[in-house]
Amino acid sequence: MIAIIDYGVGNLFSLQSSLKYIGEEAEVTSDIEKIRNADRIILPGVGAYEDAANKLRESGMADIVMEVAKAGKPLMGICLGMQLLLEKSYEYGEHEGLGLIKGSVVPIADVAPANYKIPHIGWNALKFENGKSPLFKYIEEGDYVYFVHSYYATDCAESTIASTEYGAQLTAALADGNVFGCQFHPEKSGEVGMKILRAFCEMEG
Amino acid sequence: MITKRIIPCLDVKDGRVVKGVKFQGLNDVNSPIELAEFYTKNGADELVFYDITASSDGRKIFTDILCETASKVFIPLTVGGGINSIADFDRVLKCGADKVSVNSGAIRNPGIIEEAAKLYGDQCVVISCDISLVDGVYRVFAKGGRENTGLEAIEWIKRCVGNGAGEVVVNSIDTDGVKNGFDIPLLKKVCEAVNVPVIASGGAGCINDFIELFDEIPDIDAGLAASIFHFGEVSISDLKKEMAAHGILTRR
Repeated sequence: MIAIIDYGVGNLFSLQSSLKYIGEEAEVTSDIEKIRNADRIILPGVGAYEDAANKLRESGMADIVMEVAKAGKPLMGICLGMQLLLEKSYEYGEHEGLGLIKGSVVPIADVAPANYKIPHIGWNALKFENGKSPLFKYIEEGDYVYFVHSYYATDCAESTIASTEYGAQLTAALADGNVFGCQFHPEKSGEVGMKILRAFCEMEG
Repeated sequence: MITKRIIPCLDVKDGRVVKGVKFQGLNDVNSPIELAEFYTKNGADELVFYDITASSDGRKIFTDILCETASKVFIPLTVGGGINSIADFDRVLKCGADKVSVNSGAIRNPGIIEEAAKLYGDQCVVISCDISLVDGVYRVFAKGGRENTGLEAIEWIKRCVGNGAGEVVVNSIDTDGVKNGFDIPLLKKVCEAVNVPVIASGGAGCINDFIELFDEIPDIDAGLAASIFHFGEVSISDLKKEMAAHGILTRR
């Protein structure tokens, strides 16, 4: 079973539906025992970093995510969920993340030319970094995935497994051992997204 | 680099897809779920579902259809039509919508944009405008294009984006249903005025109309159409092949 962490942010209908579509059993839950017993964990997230980080801690979900990650269980953060895995974010102030992956989150506007629209919304191509991650075993470099974000992960070159070009190289996906992160939305990235989710569902803890 | 998006729009009434020419004379085209799956397979980058039902029974059928679509199709879904309150945002987001498009609801209550953007993020809020040139001035129309609100269109769009709308759908009443190309002068004006994605709607009659759109306005993000896709006059996969041949970046 895959546990999709419920900490009161975002709309999880599509994520749950996409996992069901590829034949995986997934449950949106905040039940600590269920999360502890799950085979894999997904940390979703949309919205503001500070609000999400607070809700993650207040709900007690931060502790259990840290526990399962350290126990070696496959964990994937999606979009804001990926950003929460990093050490900190500079979105409206400075906020602490979970620190499971080294790096921080900064505005795209810091690196993209002024005529580039923010947020970065739409389909963009993946460029693999640091070899080909097992997360991408069913897809090819140059495949398109769907992004919606205004901030991106930086200072994380060693754990970057994919980037995308938007007037600058933006981090698209991260991996550090059993901990994975996608800045894009695999659950909204059509066939390519389903292949990435399938690869994650085959990861062994 | 980010690709130009091709977006089929499905107007849904009583559980069926319809499309009016100049907003009148509706024809039953097909099942929304089947069409959504078909377009996704053919390379649509996103889908717009527009609820043109007036009754509450119809609204329930629409949300059921939306839920079923979002369980089968995994590309971004924008939902519009009858969005007047945060409760309406909530209703469609829970059924798998990614973005919610507001039109008349924002004209009646401009505060809805700011309120929704704060709750769900700018990326979730789309301002959709029906615009027509009246005595040399672009005006915003309400009630499906039947009522001139008197609002000047470019100022209205700027105000909505300033309040948190993360994307703009520009529907030209003057070119809609005419199938003689998009409203290039209007779209250029909107692209110059705002720095969020702009989606062109109204007027596509053939593949070349899309090529012209992206060639003439490099800043435009997407082209939206309905009947030419529904009636098979333009296939999305052919359109994308032709765009690629013209050096316009599209998702393969």
